[in-house]
Formats: sequence, C-alpha cells, structure tokens
Amino acid sequence: MAKTIEEINQKIREGDAVVVTAEEIIGIAKEKGVKKAAEEIDVVTTGTFGPMCSSGAYINIGHSKPRIKLGGGKVYLNDVPAYAGFAAIDLYIGANALPDDDPRNKIYPGEFNYGGGHVIEELVAGKDIRLVATAYGTDCYPRKRLETWINIKDLNNAVLFDIRNAYQNYNVAVNLSDRTIYTYMGVLKPNLGSANYCSAGQLSPLLNDPYYKTIGIGTKIFLGGGTGFVAWHGTQHNPDVPRTEKGVPRRGAGSLAVIGDLKQMKPRWLVGTSMLGYGCTIAVGIGVPIPILSEEILQYTVVRDDEIFAPVVDYSEIYPQLKPDILGEVSYAQLKSGEIIVQGKKVPTASLSSYSRAVEIATILKEWILSGEFLLTEPVAPLPGVESGITVKPLKERPIEE
Amino acid sequence: MAVSKRIVLHFPKRLVERSIVSRLVKDYNLDFNILKASVTPDEEGLMVMELSGKQTDYDRGIRYLAETGVRIQSLSQDVTRNEERCTHCGACITICPTGAFELDTATRRINFYGEKCLACELCIKACPPRAMELHF
Repeated sequence: MAKTIEEINQKIREGDAVVVTAEEIIGIAKEKGVKKAAEEIDVVTTGTFGPMCSSGAYINIGHSKPRIKLGGGKVYLNDVPAYAGFAAIDLYIGANALPDDDPRNKIYPGEFNYGGGHVIEELVAGKDIRLVATAYGTDCYPRKRLETWINIKDLNNAVLFDIRNAYQNYNVAVNLSDRTIYTYMGVLKPNLGSANYCSAGQLSPLLNDPYYKTIGIGTKIFLGGGTGFVAWHGTQHNPDVPRTEKGVPRRGAGSLAVIGDLKQMKPRWLVGTSMLGYGCTIAVGIGVPIPILSEEILQYTVVRDDEIFAPVVDYSEIYPQLKPDILGEVSYAQLKSGEIIVQGKKVPTASLSSYSRAVEIATILKEWILSGEFLLTEPVAPLPGVESGITVKPLKERPIEE
Repeated sequence: MAVSKRIVLHFPKRLVERSIVSRLVKDYNLDFNILKASVTPDEEGLMVMELSGKQTDYDRGIRYLAETGVRIQSLSQDVTRNEERCTHCGACITICPTGAFELDTATRRINFYGEKCLACELCIKACPPRAMELHF
C-alpha cells in the first residue's frame, strides 16, 4: 500500500490525517507492527533544537532619502558587522559575527556575550536594532552616512537563510589533555572529565530519513517557529559515511540549507548563544514532516536512540589537527543515560541540543498538520544521496609565493 | 524597591588602605551594618556586612565594589536560573562541581537544585543561552 503526498494532503485537508511524532511512532510500530502502522499513519514529525553556526539572515531595509549605497560600504547592526557586498540596501548578518571591539580570546576564555545570533534573536523579538553605516557615495546614491533604528516590521524583507543546519548525526566531544578546553562543543573538562554531544537522536530529522527518500529541495518545514523550506543540501553534506545495517549514518553525514520568512518566526526558536572561549552562534529550531509513503519509509522513522551511534572525538589534539582517529562509538541511549565509557573510564555526558525543545517542535508541527494549516510539499529535487559521489574534502593548501 | 542583603567582601592587599565602604553611604545612599571584619594593613581583608537601600542604588553600589577589585560573595543563594532564557539543553550538567543540575529523564528537562549550589559561578559563562544569573 503505497500512498502519495497528494493523497496525504487530501486527508490533511479533510481532517482525517493520522500524525505522530518520531518519538511516538516507536511505541506504535512496536505495538501494531510496521505493516499496520504504515497503513494507518500518514505523517511522522521530527524536531531538533541546537546551536547551528552556519545560520544567518538577510534583510532589505528600504531606501533612505537621500539614497545610500550600502554595498561596498560598512554596516553594523547593534555594533555587529553585517555583510554589505550586495546592492544598495541588502544586508546579510551571520550568526557568528562579532563586534569589532569584542576582545575575542584576548582575555582567555573569551565570553562572547553578544554577536550576530543575538542580533537575529532581537530582530525576531521585534526589538529595535541600531543600524550604523558608512558608504562612499555615488551620483545616484549620494549619502555617505546613515544612523537609524530599524525594526523587523518595517523591513521590506527579513529572511532566515542558513547554509548548514540539522546535521545528520554529530561528534561526541571529549578532552584527552590535562587542561580544560573551550570549544564549539562547549567546555570540556580535562582527562576525559566530560563528553558533550549535540543531536536530537531518534527525533532528529535526517536520522529519521537516513537516505533522504522524502526530504528534498522544496520540502516545507518548521523553521524558527514559522514555516520554511529546504533550499538545498547543506554545506559539507557528506552522505557517503559508514552506516548501520538500517542505514543510519555513524558519523556526521547529511545536512540541510534552509530558508524562511523571519517575520513569521519567534525568538523562542532562534536563541542567540555564546560558547565560552569559542564565539557566538544561534540555536535554531527545525522540524521536518516525513510522509509515510510506504512501509520502508515508516521503518526508517522507528529508529531508536540505541540504534544510532556517534563517534567519540578528542577535541584537544585530534580535532584541531584534523586527524582522522576516533576513540570509539557510543549510542544516543548511552549518551542520554548521563554516562559513557571511553578508554575504560566512566565519563559524564552533557548535551548541547535540547531534547525537550525538539519534542516540543515535533509536537507543534504535528498540531499544525492535524489542524489542516500545514500541507506537505513534494520535493522538487532530491538531496544528493550515497550514490552521488559527493564527499567532503579537506582544503588543499597551496602556498602563495610572490 | 528596598533590599537588604548579607554579603562577604574580600579586599585584596592593594585595596585594604583605601576607603571604599564609606563611599557606599556617601555616593550610593546605602546603609551598612558590619557583622564581622578583619581588615589590617598589608594583609588581605575580609568583611561580612548587611547592605541595604534601594534596589537601583544597591546594584550600582555592588557594581562599584566589583569595579574597585573587591571580590563579593553572597551569604544567601545568589545563582538563579532565568526560566525564559533556559532552553534545557543540559550543557551545565557536567560543568557544575556540586551536581546542582540534573536531567529529568521523564521530561528531558534540566532541574536546577538551588540548595546544592555553592555559587562558584562556573555555570554562568558556560551556559550557551546565558540563562544562569548571579544576584548579589
């Protein structure tokens, strides 16, 4: 019994669709069996909420009188530099951008209390943002300086456009050295004193569709509290990694580039985040609906934390030096128990991804679909799969000799 | 709003001979009641006092003390969690030396047990959304 997305949408319109979260489906499939569950259930919703560094937003601020050409000039939003390499009044603010006068790691570890991610959160929250810009002036755009408050409600466009989100699995970070280290995976205690992980595991979108059989370009999603779309595969999308028998990647693998209207979004789902000694970023909430088109698709969504494995990586030497070694693999069930064993030692675990928020996202998306306001979309093109030959390459450095 | 709190002040050697506490009265309209003091020249000083006044004056006074280099500790619990800000990720769990954060396995939310907190402040800057706050 294969279903089509259009048939599922018809049921959603009529209020007859059966929708459950990727957590709920585990018990349902166990009770009813995969075949029956696949017949009865139309959509499984997933969710994830964690720091996603390659995120940012573009805005169009409207023309000032007289006009100014920000492109090629310098622009700051609440003292955080925005990218102004576009036309007159288009800007892009990246989550990791920092004020010029932020001391960074000069006083180690740097605090990184405010950056691009915080600007995006405040913009979404409806707060006024201070824009200060300098430009060189042209005949058609004579103005050279602009200082003004801006507010999201007045902007012509405000669009979240994240080039790598929702990573399909991720490293578990540990520290083999004898000093505390400060990383994008959080503060890591010395001598295997802690292990940090960052995935929603059994609820995570791409872990529920490991071969990208339903999630593709054009898939409509929950993004930052509003609706968005999968725009492309994310940067460093790397489908060809070791996988379990059921196809679940055992390493960081696929990723998504996503886009959506920032004006619909909410600050609860776009939270400016500071990683001590590392920098600023933003925690993004994403939920992806998976249409149960067949038994096979349903089978993927019943994946459990004890069937998903992540590599344990040393962030004191192995990661920074780009060495390939791992210290072993652990399951998300082990990680979520609060303790894993690495090199014979018990290591307490901490998560950077909020599982309770992931559950909330999957539940909200489920409610949107049940209420009929959120219809599924047919992808317009698939994400590159294992067969695509796409792999992530290291930089081939070629020294520049004058 | 009026506040009255008991605090511990540690004066580094270089500050012992400067008149700092008197400025709390003069410049910040605060009252103080010294509960314990050992401040002698050329040694580190320690003072336990009750400090009271308007909340805004109190906050300014504490900021002044901190800026001079006095280390301030609260006698009462002074680390709290901003529930609006906390995303319940759990990054704090392995940071806290006293185990004041625990994962509730049923709700997957993080419980904060204030009574276990020693106000060491390690969680304040390690919390990614900066939900842990220090109050004097």
